[in-house]
Amino acid sequence: MGKLIKPSVFGFALLPFFALLLRIYQNDLGPDPAQELSIETGEWTLRFLLLTLAMTPLKQITSLGVFVRHRRMLGLFALFYASVHFLSWMAFLLGFRWFAIAEELVERPYITVGFSAFLILIALGVTSPKAMVRKLGRNWKRLHRLVYLAAILGVVHLLWILRTNIGEAVLYGSILALLLGYRILRFLHTGKRVKSAA
Amino acid sequence: MLIKKPSDIKPSEITPESVYRNRREFMVDGSKLLFGAMAGTGLPALASAQNGDRLKARAPASMQRPAPAPWWVDKFSNIKPAPDAEPFFTGESLTPYQDVTRYNNFYEFGMDKGDPSANSGAFKPDPWSVQITGEVAKPGTYHLEDILKPVDLEERIYRLRCVEAWSMVIPWIGFPLADLIKRFEPTANARYVEFETLVDRNSMPGVTSRFAIVDWPYREGLRMDEAMNPLTMMVVGLYGNYLPSQNGAPMRLIVPWKYGFKSIKSIVKINFRQTQPNTTWNDLQANEYGFFANVNPGVHHPRWRQDMERRLPQTLFSRQHIETRLFNGYGEHVAHLYDGMDLARYY
Repeated sequence: MGKLIKPSVFGFALLPFFALLLRIYQNDLGPDPAQELSIETGEWTLRFLLLTLAMTPLKQITSLGVFVRHRRMLGLFALFYASVHFLSWMAFLLGFRWFAIAEELVERPYITVGFSAFLILIALGVTSPKAMVRKLGRNWKRLHRLVYLAAILGVVHLLWILRTNIGEAVLYGSILALLLGYRILRFLHTGKRVKSAA
Repeated sequence: MLIKKPSDIKPSEITPESVYRNRREFMVDGSKLLFGAMAGTGLPALASAQNGDRLKARAPASMQRPAPAPWWVDKFSNIKPAPDAEPFFTGESLTPYQDVTRYNNFYEFGMDKGDPSANSGAFKPDPWSVQITGEVAKPGTYHLEDILKPVDLEERIYRLRCVEAWSMVIPWIGFPLADLIKRFEPTANARYVEFETLVDRNSMPGVTSRFAIVDWPYREGLRMDEAMNPLTMMVVGLYGNYLPSQNGAPMRLIVPWKYGFKSIKSIVKINFRQTQPNTTWNDLQANEYGFFANVNPGVHHPRWRQDMERRLPQTLFSRQHIETRLFNGYGEHVAHLYDGMDLARYY
């Protein structure tokens, strides 16, 4: 039973990707498929990032180890969707016009912000194997706290590109605030307990 | 949520791409094609046209809309076809009817591109009246039927460039705004025209959304000389058919050399005034959306580029990224309106 969980999580995490491939194949992304693909892959990046961040609180609340066992894989899927997002932006929205891409990365704040989040995810992905965890020791945890920053930058990136509909950004932002708020409260709470015990 | 229902239009009902392409050659070479049609190759765009009808484009037969009221039928029975030359015609491929009517920015019906076509079912374009106010000799509330009575409808094929960097080519049905304005006899004080879109909480689900930061009603405006320019058009139809709700029924503005948001939809009020009116997007984000909003590849929107555009429809692997032209390619006819103006400052 336990052995089935990992492949199932892997399979489910790939579903949105295959759904998008199917829509590309069926020419079902609407008249502006480049835009639609960017929106979808961007949103799936954020969803996986938030899902990853939800694992630790879920484990602490339920005391079920299953929630953190696949945290790394979920995080890597966030990186995967971010990569597809970045590639499709370069390929389909900017047509690999390198000068325009460089200009956009520097001149458009929302793209700079999103790209920074992407760079963080790459750094976290590269340092995610067990060997790297051992090698980095204490610094590993410090480095991987950057995931909070990546999530915040991701929501800012979304909020910044919107024209008027702030609904989805507000939803993702609220979930992120909840997940970060939980950690802050827990930190303050356990911090106090440690103090009073001393 | 992710997997959409496949299109319910049969491929046979979609006007073949070959018909849209090289329209100019098509018109020159009409006899050959007509022969082809008689030989059974099938040209739905022509097949659905009425006898003696020479419109350049028609909505697919199965997608044609019923008349909002009986008097519309008569009005649409005699439309002057688009000429074969710029500016009221372009040789570029037309954006297919189903894309023009299913990919819309009309926030009163929702924020996503598909929302206006999905959510405008309860919208009633008839009866309709337009309030004329301000600096005119003949203010009042006019029934649309009376507004259109003396008007001769014509077909014009224009490029439409959205500020979001996509564009379409659309065969509109309408008439010059100048003709309408003259009938109300503007006074010497009328230097600007202000337009307003309907706000109806019952038929427009978008206006009750908490997440739309628009201050309804949607408002737009033109300088008087822009409004009187022969290219500026009041539109009541597209593809030879009545204007769908999602495209701004029953009557909207089209200003082809400006970004799409200037071309206000479902107009209920036209106000003539001495001072420049407030406009919705300019109010929301003045550094991003100017009052003039002329299409200009040299002035980027702060958040995205304007030098290229995605001509719709696209597929991922046969993209049409084309260069955006100053005044959307209509400079010859409108550039003089802005002589001496710094277009980077008055964007």
